[in-house]
Amino acid sequence: MSPRRPSLPAGAHRTAGPEETEALAARVAAALEPGDVVLLSGDLGAGKTTFVRGAARALGVEGAVTSPTFTIGQRYHGRVGVSHLDLYRLGDLADEDPALLADYLTPERIAFVEWPRAAEPALADAGVTVAARVRLEHAGGDARVITVEPV
Amino acid sequence: MSERPNRDGGGLLLAIETSCDDTCAAVVARDGEIRSNVISSQGVHDRYGGVVPEVASRHHLELIETVVEDALAQAGTTLPQLDGIAVTQGPGLVGALLVGVATAKALAAAHRLPLVPVDHLHGHVAASFVQPDPIEPPFLILIASGGHTLLAHVKDHGARWGRDGSIEVLGSTRDDAAGEAFDKGARLLGLGYPGGPALQRLAAEGDPEAFAFPVAAQVPGLDFSFSGLKTALLYKTRELGEEETERRRADLAASYQRAIVETLARRVERARAETGIERLAIGGGVAANGPLRERLRRLAPDLHVPPRELCTDNAAMIASAARFAQPVAFPGYLSLDAYSSGERGL
Repeated sequence: MSPRRPSLPAGAHRTAGPEETEALAARVAAALEPGDVVLLSGDLGAGKTTFVRGAARALGVEGAVTSPTFTIGQRYHGRVGVSHLDLYRLGDLADEDPALLADYLTPERIAFVEWPRAAEPALADAGVTVAARVRLEHAGGDARVITVEPV
Repeated sequence: MSERPNRDGGGLLLAIETSCDDTCAAVVARDGEIRSNVISSQGVHDRYGGVVPEVASRHHLELIETVVEDALAQAGTTLPQLDGIAVTQGPGLVGALLVGVATAKALAAAHRLPLVPVDHLHGHVAASFVQPDPIEPPFLILIASGGHTLLAHVKDHGARWGRDGSIEVLGSTRDDAAGEAFDKGARLLGLGYPGGPALQRLAAEGDPEAFAFPVAAQVPGLDFSFSGLKTALLYKTRELGEEETERRRADLAASYQRAIVETLARRVERARAETGIERLAIGGGVAANGPLRERLRRLAPDLHVPPRELCTDNAAMIASAARFAQPVAFPGYLSLDAYSSGERGL
């Protein structure tokens, strides 16, 4: 029998700072498998990149995990391939080559997608599964309320 | 990774750069003289108006042939006359990079030319090596753009990264790039996105001392962080309310800009003290920022700043870097792939 994966930490969590946000993300990562996609939403500075950094670390990624806003996407090598996309600058994907995200969304990789509205139609075609939606909100100072909703 | 340019023939290199929004091609001679430097301008104008540029790889596909033809024509040369073809291999958006890589491979293979894969950030360094005003290593360089922010010790012209290599990274951003911090600040101030240039214009009318924003708080060593600053601006606008934010927008912009400039300058100052290297260069689109240049000139009066068109993304810097990078002979490059930032392994 293969070991059972832990389940996603569903519900609202309050984190006191970036370290706790990364720790919560690591618990989410532990429940993911290749082909899973996590959709992230939240204001500027809410901690989306911090969250992805925590998850990527838990998946074995070393080195810097930085904002992908400008380049649209980053790919990392961990125990599994990790993709981090930020689609804010794309608006919608209607005018884009359907293959644009093909290098990032694959059944072999775990992907984290910020500003995912634009990507939802593309996700269906890429053979990947939305595993969870994560909403991050400012709660004063470094505190955040992070809601994990399994899909 | 040859330290000296390969001078046999003294020929010309064509370079192609498609790592992000702009489609670029250039021809540069082995001695660093720029013969042409073509940058597709679609999107650039819009960007300053606050409209999101089209980032599509399709956009690169439509423009690449014309941009390459223009670069060759303006240089008065043709493909068979070239020494080789250089191309940005990464980091960037993989789909966009692949348009440049595929084009470069096809052109090089058709004429049995060598191909030189170039790292985009080596390109930003090599923008300082072109004629008529090159700077000689060793020096420190601050590269700050929309996609990258790093501080490096340039030991020689070569492409090898690392402590024992040509370029040693001393610090880099933990989260957002400096150019991105400008753009996101602009968005929080209702100036549209990407509104970095709009924020910088507005800042000129404001008081940089009006608000105290955090400067590189909580980051050890020579690394940078701009995420906390972004949140500080968000909280400040919430505290002030919509009307007061609107009224104090220039002061907010000026204070926010000051925090970005100080974050960058203090790391540079510390790197100079730690390495004992005084010569300083800057590169990347944020190098165009006036207050940043002024602040750095107070540290290093002979600050080396390449012309603006060599600071923003361009192919002349890629050709310049290729003079010092390892060429790959035909057909070894046919399997060459592109890489994104996280795969660079720095």
